[in-house]
Amino acid sequence: MAIISNNTFKMSDIQELKDFATQVRRDILRQVHKVNSGHPGGSLGCTEFFTALYKEIMEHNPDFDMDGKNEDLFFLSNGHISPVFYSVLSRCGYFPVEELATFRHIDSRLQGHPTTHEGLPGVRVASGSLGQGMSVAIGAAQAKKLNKDNHLVYSLHGDGELQEGQNWEAIMYAAGNKVDNLIATIDYNGQQIDGSTETVLPMGNLKAKFEAFGWDVMEIKDGNDLGQVIDGLKEAKTRTGKGKPVCIIMTTVMGNGVDFMMHTHAWHGKAPNDEQLETALAQNPETLGDY
Amino acid sequence: MKKYTDSGKVDTRSGFGAGLTELGRNNPNVVALCADLVGSLKMQEFIDENPERFFQVGIAEANMMGMAAGLTIGGKIPFAGTFANFATGRVYDQIRQSIAYSGKNVKICASHSGVTLGEDGATHQILEDIGLMKMLPGMTVINTCDFNQTKAATIAVAEHDGPVYLRFGRPKVANFTPEDQKFEIGKAVNLYEGEDVTIIATGHLVWEAIQAAEALSEKGISAEVINIHTIKPLDQEAIINSVKKTGCVVTAEEHNFLGGLGESVARTLTENHPAPQEFIATKDTFGESGTPGQLFEKYGLNAAAIIKATEKVLKRK
Repeated sequence: MAIISNNTFKMSDIQELKDFATQVRRDILRQVHKVNSGHPGGSLGCTEFFTALYKEIMEHNPDFDMDGKNEDLFFLSNGHISPVFYSVLSRCGYFPVEELATFRHIDSRLQGHPTTHEGLPGVRVASGSLGQGMSVAIGAAQAKKLNKDNHLVYSLHGDGELQEGQNWEAIMYAAGNKVDNLIATIDYNGQQIDGSTETVLPMGNLKAKFEAFGWDVMEIKDGNDLGQVIDGLKEAKTRTGKGKPVCIIMTTVMGNGVDFMMHTHAWHGKAPNDEQLETALAQNPETLGDY
Repeated sequence: MKKYTDSGKVDTRSGFGAGLTELGRNNPNVVALCADLVGSLKMQEFIDENPERFFQVGIAEANMMGMAAGLTIGGKIPFAGTFANFATGRVYDQIRQSIAYSGKNVKICASHSGVTLGEDGATHQILEDIGLMKMLPGMTVINTCDFNQTKAATIAVAEHDGPVYLRFGRPKVANFTPEDQKFEIGKAVNLYEGEDVTIIATGHLVWEAIQAAEALSEKGISAEVINIHTIKPLDQEAIINSVKKTGCVVTAEEHNFLGGLGESVARTLTENHPAPQEFIATKDTFGESGTPGQLFEKYGLNAAAIIKATEKVLKRK
């Protein structure tokens, strides 16, 4: 089994990881541009998180096995940021990078939102209809405990997604049942389709809410600073196994890395045109080679 | 004419509980979840024997379905139990995305289906669940008729890789299928051979169909009775072959005639061997409070109604 073990990180590798993230941003932009559809904003905002998780934090196996025994698992609940997920999975060896060119096309394994249905390696549950991923992650975490598997379960959720009530059923369950092998990260970018979360449905103090439910909550102040994300996730790992599920509230900027896509919800679900793509790619020069 | 004897009235949900207990003893991968209805689902024995393999989720069915999907990742076979209403309509999208579309090996175990949970009324009854579940690609839909069959089905679905909707109920009903009868998913059980009419029944209506066939026999009408415990995949061959012989059909189910067994049978026959059909089912209505017997009478779901429908369909041949 070709487990990618990420325990050998040296600080000198940070440039390599930054280069990886830059290439992922290019992949995101090129995927959504080609099919003129998809969600670049949230994908760009979570590029550092995915890079850190898959290249530095998780022990995972690109020779994909659905059961995922003896490896760490990741569940993407906010499935619309599939472009970043697909890019990182392919560049970690789950499937050929060239397949990114089929994103959202007919007969593709890279559906608009991630799914197991076409057998894409690396995806363990369909997501896209929001609010369901935390429950699935909890189930997988409980299976790990039954299997006496000490690996961890990670999940990512949009902040707007927390407006779905099922999350709060799951949040209550995880704390009440001491699901302490779970690290759920909230992409706290303050934006959703119709505008800022403040204008659409103010969610109040998320940290206080998770804490009130009994979670161990920490923050990553700049989720687009790769070093901070790595340090934050490492810190989160040390907090597992202590009787509480761990939540990271990770502040990100939607559209990060492309100046005209930042600080707005306009690029939540809109693809750049040819000219915009050229500008965006110029801000993210090729590092690992385009597909 | 063969006589079916009731070995003693007992609820189908107890058959589920007994099957789950047996699974707990024989299959270490079987886990169970419940949303605050352990007593109603008869799960206590499984829980007592396997506390570490039971997940009480509280009154939170959406989370239960998602957790069940997650538990399959790691090789568990989750049996998620609650009332049929809360196991389907309430959580349709969770089942659709996290279980059916994701191809997860989850067994959705639904008690208190139909109208026969009785006095609680329409908020807790459901007559649309077969339709909801059979429309999901890849979902197997099973509606068992008595204790023995429910126990056998519970054990059988653990061996089937894929999502299953297992529907059973609350009232104490006749227990007449053989205790040792193997449950084969998708395979109809022929209860009576007959020449004049085919009666295809599922769930609690199977016993009513047997009663009807016995009464019809006394009137000189020879009814073939088929116990369709699996509504999807439907045993089309058994249906077509029988109707080729009899030339007409009565379907009987504790469900809305929109979306139920009857429509599946009608589609099968329309495509293969068109024949007159009468539907014993509720007619696009909600249920209400009452005893199971009163409700069966009022909504035309008993042997008397099947006899009437048979006489009507015979005239249409």
